Amino acid sequence: MTVVVAFILAGMQTVLKPIHELNAAVYNKKSVLLSISDEFDKSIDAMTVQEVQDIFDNKIEEIVVDANGNIVEGESAEEVLLEVELKKPKAEQHYPVYIYNKDDGSKLYIVSVRGQGLWDAIWGNIALQQDLETIAGVSFDHAGETPGLGAEIKDNPAFPEQFEGKEIYNDEGEYTAVQVVKGIIRQPSHQVEGISGATITSDGVTKMLYNGLQNYEPYFESIQK
Amino acid sequence: MAETINKEKAPLKEKKPLFEFGKKERKLITDPLNDDNPITVQVLGICSALAVTTLVYPSFVMTIAVIFVCAFSNLFTSLLRSYIPKAVRMIVQLVIIATLVTIVELTLKAVNYTVYKQLSVFIGLIITNCIVMGRLEAFAMANKPWRSFLDGIGNGLGYGAILLLVGIVREIFGKGTLFAGSPFGTLKFIGASPDYLINTAATSGFDSWFGWYQNNGLMVISASAMFIIAVLIWAQRAWNTKLIDVS
Repeated sequence: MTVVVAFILAGMQTVLKPIHELNAAVYNKKSVLLSISDEFDKSIDAMTVQEVQDIFDNKIEEIVVDANGNIVEGESAEEVLLEVELKKPKAEQHYPVYIYNKDDGSKLYIVSVRGQGLWDAIWGNIALQQDLETIAGVSFDHAGETPGLGAEIKDNPAFPEQFEGKEIYNDEGEYTAVQVVKGIIRQPSHQVEGISGATITSDGVTKMLYNGLQNYEPYFESIQK
Repeated sequence: MAETINKEKAPLKEKKPLFEFGKKERKLITDPLNDDNPITVQVLGICSALAVTTLVYPSFVMTIAVIFVCAFSNLFTSLLRSYIPKAVRMIVQLVIIATLVTIVELTLKAVNYTVYKQLSVFIGLIITNCIVMGRLEAFAMANKPWRSFLDGIGNGLGYGAILLLVGIVREIFGKGTLFAGSPFGTLKFIGASPDYLINTAATSGFDSWFGWYQNNGLMVISASAMFIIAVLIWAQRAWNTKLIDVS
């Protein structure tokens, strides 16, 4: 019986593996597109596999950068797993960058960040305008935050929407990233409102954004030169 | 599938028609829906009922998965019941359940990746769902394949009925939608946009009626499922008095 079972399962796994991989890749691509959902008329969830592939083939450039801001050749952005990269020594880390070419010729830079929520990992994609200071949009996801509380970073569209138009440098040109705060917002261009009941997840998002965007700073500087 | 069942069943059967569907068989399907419900009466499978019911559509997929696993594990166990040595029966049952669950998991991963992500570990946890193993031990080991198969479907349905009821309540009050994310479209109920059936931010003369509702955060967290199931148990017992345990 065990032999029969083993054959059935191994067969199914082999046959379905390409479909699984395609599904997983499209899922990740959709989460990248979610951060720039304003660019599309259609909701990202409703897009078909083909539409997602078309956007990636025609409009998105994928590059990988290292901690010094140099472009790494021969690696694909989708194969860079931040989870693995962030555990390496700083000098060896590589980060994915997706560049979306808008119809009017300007570019949106989408970078990936990863951090720790209350229960498990949280991650997200941050889209920056061509000036590399203003946030065009964000999308977050999580492995196991509490539904209704921490999970609101993904489930409640109002939370990521707050980030649009925020700046990651203050007036003096210092790096500040964007903070998720409780109560009164004192610096409207660098702060967004947190989720009540999810302080630790909110703080996790703040920390993730600060550390995550900092990794890309050398790269941003090299473009601006 | 049906052919293989026939072939394997032939030696076990004598005079009666193979797929008899009389009063007794009907009772196998209807009993778990009410008098012998796996969740509200036997109080099994609570863990997944609390976890997957935030939205109706994942609960629906979960229901289908449990019906499939329950029905076929009952069927195969019953077919093999005379060959299974008593000492290792649990292991044999586990192999059957684990195979079916893996099949479900692989299929779902290929067909609908989003729901696969939403259900996450709970598809895999059907293996440990007490309903499945409970039915194998209590029914399939002692009954003929066809009746075991029906018993599996019945118990899956009984589990699913409660799952869907809880899911409907939680999704409407927690998120103001119904069937969100499903291929048959989302129905919207309570929310601050004209798309919703009850528009809580209406600018018409009904302001004072429809400005008040906020999505209920309690309904989204799993504790609410506990309350809803408790209310269901109470309601069922109030209506079906023979379930009340007088001792």
